[in-house]
Amino acid sequence: MMMRGNEEKGMTFIVKTVTKLTLGFILLYGIFVGLNGHLAPGGGFSGGVIIALSLVHVMLAFGKETALKRLRPTFLRVCACAGALLFIFIVMTGLGKRAHGFLGNEIVIPVSEMLIVGFGLFAIFIALVLMTKTDGQTG
Amino acid sequence: MIEIHLILIFMIAAAIIAVAVKDLLSSVVAIGAVGIGLCMAFLVLRAPDLAMLQLVVEILSLIILIRATIRKDLPFSASGRWAFNTACTLLFLSVFLTAASIALKNMPQFGSPLMKVSKVYLDEAVPKTGALNVVAAIMLNFRALDTLGEATAVFAAVVGILAIARKRPRKDDDAR
Amino acid sequence: MTVYLLCLVLFSIGLFCVLRKRNIIKIIIGIGIMDYAVNLFLVLIGYRAKGRSPIFATGQEIGNMVDPLPQAMALVSIVIGLAITLLLVSLAIRIYEKYGTFDITKINRLKG
Repeated sequence: MMMRGNEEKGMTFIVKTVTKLTLGFILLYGIFVGLNGHLAPGGGFSGGVIIALSLVHVMLAFGKETALKRLRPTFLRVCACAGALLFIFIVMTGLGKRAHGFLGNEIVIPVSEMLIVGFGLFAIFIALVLMTKTDGQTG
Repeated sequence: MIEIHLILIFMIAAAIIAVAVKDLLSSVVAIGAVGIGLCMAFLVLRAPDLAMLQLVVEILSLIILIRATIRKDLPFSASGRWAFNTACTLLFLSVFLTAASIALKNMPQFGSPLMKVSKVYLDEAVPKTGALNVVAAIMLNFRALDTLGEATAVFAAVVGILAIARKRPRKDDDAR
Repeated sequence: MTVYLLCLVLFSIGLFCVLRKRNIIKIIIGIGIMDYAVNLFLVLIGYRAKGRSPIFATGQEIGNMVDPLPQAMALVSIVIGLAITLLLVSLAIRIYEKYGTFDITKINRLKG
């Protein structure tokens, strides 16, 4: 992981190849679990954490520098805030007499949950990784 | 139900190991064992939604805890008034457990819940919402405002951590 | 009733760890153990003997399901517990940068 000397290069070649092959499947599984919450066990929060774990997987296998070039922190913050605003919009417009049907309840709310949880947790992980620069002196 | 008792005894043993061991990395691994035991307990108690969520949440918090504890050493500390502290804590915990065992006699028997509100939810989950997963129907339809509160709590934690972990703009070498 | 008592023993192990240990990471581990015990207690209340999980399948009837309402509450509690653990760990890392130690009896100087 990050505590050996080669933290810019990440892990070995086998791990990098397997990560390139399985990354799309883990992301797809996370979106599947999140959107099918009303028929099978799962829901928006489980799907969001699985999406965050797939992005953490990229960062652990390829090292900090390579992963941060592809997934910029500004994009993550915009996604998390968009999820929160979408949720507030649904709640405020549904407080009247009419309720949202299938589209509002089973699609928009899980999508906003997945956006907040998935990208928000990955932004936390990036912040905790980038936080310390003087670890070597005291450790 | 012998399986629940066995899983709980395994969780208590792993928790005692996590509390008593001096090495920080071993404590983090032991609390990972407690979390996996809790996931198995949720499967035995017929809650598949919770088992899935507990597994992935456990993995993420293990990654973050290992990131915090690696390369940092544990201080071997000896303090004064050690006997008084431990005696007071054990006295408080024994009073708590005695009061709890008296209060538990008034609860319904384990295995037969009173389902006064849940009966209404179970009866009209499929006709009114069309969702087959009753837990998801409760969280997205009948009690969606609780879900709003939970999303707000996660969002507040994200904003709080991004504020704590920000690099300060002025140079902070004099504060160390 | 012994199942409820075992669950409360797990809670009191976590409480002992929060009250007696001097390392911040041990306190975070104790708070995590208390979180697990409370979620388990919530799900234990709603268990029906020889019941089914609360998901409708084709050809099954309602009458034998476990209680779904404590499960919805425990789901909220697990996610909020994760947020609490992450916030505590980030505070602990920031404290280590400033003071150089994890010992809570040495963190009592008011530095700017």
